[in-house]
Amino acid sequence: MISPQLRRPVDAVIPRSTGALQVFAALLEQRTGQLIAANRAWRIETALKPVLRERGLETMDQLAGEILAGVDPRVGDQVVDALLNQESSFFRDTAVLTMVGDIAQNLRLAMPTRNLRIWSAGCSMGQEPLSLAMLFAEQVEASGGRMPDIVATDVSGAAIARAKSGTFTQFEIQRGLPVRRMIRWFDNVGADWVAKPELIRRISFRRMDLVADPLPLGLFDIVLCRNVLMYLSPTLRRQVFDRLARATRPGGLLVLGAGETVIGQTDAFRPSQEHRGLYEATGD
Amino acid sequence: MKTCLVVDDSKVIRKVARHILETLNFRVSEAGDGKEALDACLVSAPDVVLLDWNMPVMSGMDFLRALRVSAVTSRPKVVFCTTENGMAHIRAAIEAGADEYVMKPFDRETLESKLQIVGMA
Ligand SMILES: C[S@@+](CC[C@H](N)C(=O)[O-])C[C@H]1O[C@@H](n2cnc3c(N)ncnc32)[C@H](O)[C@@H]1O
Repeated sequence: MISPQLRRPVDAVIPRSTGALQVFAALLEQRTGQLIAANRAWRIETALKPVLRERGLETMDQLAGEILAGVDPRVGDQVVDALLNQESSFFRDTAVLTMVGDIAQNLRLAMPTRNLRIWSAGCSMGQEPLSLAMLFAEQVEASGGRMPDIVATDVSGAAIARAKSGTFTQFEIQRGLPVRRMIRWFDNVGADWVAKPELIRRISFRRMDLVADPLPLGLFDIVLCRNVLMYLSPTLRRQVFDRLARATRPGGLLVLGAGETVIGQTDAFRPSQEHRGLYEATGD
Repeated sequence: MKTCLVVDDSKVIRKVARHILETLNFRVSEAGDGKEALDACLVSAPDVVLLDWNMPVMSGMDFLRALRVSAVTSRPKVVFCTTENGMAHIRAAIEAGADEYVMKPFDRETLESKLQIVGMA
């Protein structure tokens, strides 16, 4: 169940007299479930400076006013995109990703008649699904079998657009990506690095809010939802875990970020006996 | 403590790299060109060499080739760190035996990430 107040317009949740920062925080929560931790509130202004500039506004109050007035729907998207933490890197937590690669390899070869299905939920600019696509493509090349289907979703339309373009700056491309894989799977275009079409083609990117939007169709063998849910309220986090479980094949696996757990948060997943650090759908 | 030899003809770059490497717990030594670096490696091979490309006396590439042919000095991981950011240069560096490649300008995260990839951070 999705808590009903989430779908109410921001100005129904927030009285007009409230400060601009609360308006931004409420908008972010309404669109994504993300709470801005008190110790990160100072970041709001820094993060929104470019939005102010782009819209030709002077103050945060004016920006909040535009949101509440609701004349241009794009202003909300811009603010939400700017406030989301989209920090990511290639092969993040390499040991875990290697384990996912090994599990996928075994499953793939054990099921020659259907494609393995993987979901990268909260994929940011695509570093995670691209890392998986590289691993899988290299495995298929080495040992045959079918290439897994990868679905990658994020609540941020801007992140999904970037992910689809496969374009990374020099700084982004060097986070976690071994140079041999970089030159194998990316082209150097001007100052940027662009994933080869044959890599991008293997991933279906889609904008999707994990809290409220319809789930992708079908069941997944492995769901990665890493470093996405830690700033959700416990109630919403539980709801999202339940939704992820509904999209996971019985016995299928959930992969969380380092330091994240399902323990004490949901009965829909339990720690996997076989794969340490991963979780399996209980079917409850 | 791991050791890193920073090879760059720019004193400023050496200083920046040294600072980052020290916060990553490396013991750092410096060389201003490939020849100096090769001499240093003959005395005591570091765990990692952070290597510029264009330098007077002996280039990074000539240093790397000389390093890799000698049994005495072949051990260190070599991470190029250079403004030569094109595909052709990167390929050539790897063929010559480089383990990783940092495109300048670099920051702490990039250097840390690349050192992790070669198993050194
Ligand atoms: C910190 S990044 C992590 C990216 C990647 N999973 C990783 O571990 O490197 C979190 C991502 O989750 C996305 N996100 C946040 N709330 C979301 C929601 N309610 N639904 C879908 N994606 C969300 C953000 O836009 C951001 O791209």
